[in-house]
Amino acid sequence: MGYPHKSHPQETPVLSKHFGDPAARTLEGWKARGGYTALAQALTMAPTAIQDVVKASGLRGRGGAGFPTGLKWSFMKLDDGKPHYLCCNADESEPGTFKDREIMRWTPHALIEGVAIGAYAIGAETAYIYIRGEFSEPIRVMEAALAEARAAGVIGPNAMGSGKRIDIWVHKGAGAYICGEETALMNSIEGKRGNPRIKPPFPAVSGLFGQPTTINNVETLTAVPHILNNGAEWYKGMCLSSPKSTGSKLFSVCGNVARPGNYEVVLGFSFKDFLYDLCGGPPAGRKFKAIIPGGSSVPVITIEEAEQVRMDYEGFLEVGTMLGSGGVIIFDDAQSMPRQLARLARFYAHESCAQCTQCREGTAWMTRILERIVAGQGTFEDLDTIFDLSESMTGKTICVLSDSCAAPVVSGIKRFRGEFEALITGRRSSTVAVGG
Amino acid sequence: MSATKMVSLTIEGRAVSVPEGTTILEAAKAAGVLVPHYCYHPGLPVAGVCRMCLVEVEKFPKLAPSCATAVGEGQVVHVYSEKALEARKGVLELLLINHPLDCPICDQAGECELQDYTFQEGRADSRYREPKRFNPVEDFGGDVLYVTNRCILCTRCVRFMDDVHEAPVLCVSERGDRAVISKAADADLTQPWAANVIDLCPVGALVSKDFLNKARAWELDRTASVCPGCSQGCNTVLETRDNVVMRMKPRPNDAVNQFYLCDVGRLDYHWMNRADRLESPKIRLADVLSPVDWEIALGQAAEALRGRRAYVVASPQLSNEALFLLKRLIGATGGEGAFRCATGPEAPLPGVDDLALRADRAPNVRGAELLGFTRRDGDLLAGLKSGDVLVVAGDALDGVDLRRAVDAATVIVVGTVLPVGLPTPVAVLPIANVAEEEGTFTNLRGRVQRFLQAKAAPGLARPSWYALADLATAAGAPSDDCALPSRAFAALAAAEPAFSGMSYDALGLRGAVVAGAEVAR
Repeated sequence: MGYPHKSHPQETPVLSKHFGDPAARTLEGWKARGGYTALAQALTMAPTAIQDVVKASGLRGRGGAGFPTGLKWSFMKLDDGKPHYLCCNADESEPGTFKDREIMRWTPHALIEGVAIGAYAIGAETAYIYIRGEFSEPIRVMEAALAEARAAGVIGPNAMGSGKRIDIWVHKGAGAYICGEETALMNSIEGKRGNPRIKPPFPAVSGLFGQPTTINNVETLTAVPHILNNGAEWYKGMCLSSPKSTGSKLFSVCGNVARPGNYEVVLGFSFKDFLYDLCGGPPAGRKFKAIIPGGSSVPVITIEEAEQVRMDYEGFLEVGTMLGSGGVIIFDDAQSMPRQLARLARFYAHESCAQCTQCREGTAWMTRILERIVAGQGTFEDLDTIFDLSESMTGKTICVLSDSCAAPVVSGIKRFRGEFEALITGRRSSTVAVGG
Repeated sequence: MSATKMVSLTIEGRAVSVPEGTTILEAAKAAGVLVPHYCYHPGLPVAGVCRMCLVEVEKFPKLAPSCATAVGEGQVVHVYSEKALEARKGVLELLLINHPLDCPICDQAGECELQDYTFQEGRADSRYREPKRFNPVEDFGGDVLYVTNRCILCTRCVRFMDDVHEAPVLCVSERGDRAVISKAADADLTQPWAANVIDLCPVGALVSKDFLNKARAWELDRTASVCPGCSQGCNTVLETRDNVVMRMKPRPNDAVNQFYLCDVGRLDYHWMNRADRLESPKIRLADVLSPVDWEIALGQAAEALRGRRAYVVASPQLSNEALFLLKRLIGATGGEGAFRCATGPEAPLPGVDDLALRADRAPNVRGAELLGFTRRDGDLLAGLKSGDVLVVAGDALDGVDLRRAVDAATVIVVGTVLPVGLPTPVAVLPIANVAEEEGTFTNLRGRVQRFLQAKAAPGLARPSWYALADLATAAGAPSDDCALPSRAFAALAAAEPAFSGMSYDALGLRGAVVAGAEVAR
């Protein structure tokens, strides 16, 4: 299948296989497509055995940080006598990222199965799927699927007749970007203001309600049933470049591109082929200029750099950016990079939780400087101030929101300094002030 | 009790050993190094948000917030390394970009941590060229005014109200640089301990309405004292300018009030400045009071007491020393002593063990009881017998049925004001109030605490221990061992088993507990 476009022959549809197929949304339809066999199998295994399979598969977190999933699970002490929690991070608030949305819209039971297996593997009886509030359709779909699964006894006090309790609840976010940060997400579930917490203690020690907690991204958990069904070796075999990056990954593509949408490729795929073949290249008459390859928080790279890249965790690091969440934002040669980056900075200034000084004041200051430059009133000193400011904003705060604001801006100025200087010297008239 | 594991580390080149789990910031304090900080406060949960206390720890990949980082064995911490200084300079510049810099009209100026650290470590100028954010001043209720523009969002006030006062009235509203502290709808800071947020605020964002624009911090003289508002005995600082008490602030004492002072006590200092005071000794001449020398007034009082029983009405506002000397007077005349104490509703501070605005609204009820005075809240003069001399010491007798006193006829007043409705006293001896003399109070848990002299007494008024020692001597009870407040206390300690072994030096400014005071409450 494929949605909204048909699957490209070079894609490897594992998670996205049933996108666009409404019949896959129901429990019956999902079972007919091989659903819940992995959960049935998992419930007969020891939790540590599941952890080992996932470890062996090389699966890494798909939310942005790329932390090995099996290792994360193994941090949970199974015999500590405390209630454990699994949080599924479906906040997907990273600009440019919309893969989890499609997973939840089309294959809700795939996620439920993944969450149930994850919960069982870490000794949790309760799991929360934290969905961003704006996702009204995915929330509706997920809740309907959960009701179905509960009614059929797939989850609940006696999940699939195993005698194990696995409860899964949907928790709606209220529109804050920061609630996608794992500790802010836990605060939000607890009914508190969504402020990130200081780490340590890490969630595996003291997380949701002060209990050991694991947080995994939607895409990560959805991959788990496939790993159990097909084996760790199969998953590990899906690898085109670095052996540390295995499996298939959904990339959300947006911006100035002929065919935006979600594409699932095996990690290590050529970014050049991805951009020109799968996504159809730039819009007619334009040229690609810059790309933010992993959601708005990662450094921006030029198209020349992008064309050299292998699409995996290591490949993107080599050119000074990150795989991140896989949200590919593409700018063509008609775009003003100062204007785009000012808009991006404004997003972070708006979403800063206001705890840490550097973030609260720094994101707003950076935005104002960028907007002034865009309005044609910048100076060369402003660029130095931005670099200096970004030093203050990087690696000094509770979470990485301010780092995420600084990264694209600084990388953008470094790579597209000419555009900034043109605005400063007046060689290029200012575009409309950033608005809307 | 298991032995606490100690951790050794080096901070700024100083070796220090602290219990496991201590934060680097506290360990640095122990080593004599102050790490600049805003959001951290030892009485509040750690927030780690101001990022001012960043220090460099060798082998750490990033700078560490010292308030939220536990010490580790063998750590080498640099508070003033280039990297740490650069980070804090950045924080200071960011804190100031939206700060109005209205120090000339800010009450906090001179005792402002933003000011202090900016001068110490900040940039000389700002690179901020954009307009500053503006928000109006908000009345938070009670004694608290919120000057939004000065706020650095350290959230000490929010955490105090949430976790210590357990009255979650304040919160952070909005996000990003639009964030401000706001109060819950239909609630305000009228809680009994709410005004502590003013002291906790490291900048001039939360200011006292009572103190608003009254004085500059650097003009004030500060004197250690004890709040006379109730029997808790919260440690305070009296801040005076030109012989006038301008405000009263809490002085930390973990054994009594931690860092706090209730609003009732905090605002109950104005009477210390009252102008209509007894300023001169007086005697009764032809039923009219006439100012005289101290010797004459003391002689007149001694004359009146000769061969008669003294019925002493003492105020629990008097010091242990004064009450002890009154006890000597009672002993010399075979009399008795009584006191009364105003009461009010008790108001605990939930987050601190055994801290409350107490029902007994006087500082030395326990001292009066220990020294043998009988509490007579109902009829203060019930023990007054025909032929007694009524000695009124410190009590203004407002609201007391004085018919018995009218019968007793002979009255001596030792006080700061003349009680209304009494027969004309034979002698009036003016004394200093709590702000004007040195002494000790015994709080309800038996803790004896010193208060020091903050201002001069008016006219010829003398410290109570001084005046009462002279009176006791004149009445035949030798008190020539009381030539100094410390000696008066030493005489008390020698005579009273409960105070045995105590001295001014030993009490220091933290106090000590009387013998036999129940440790468990």
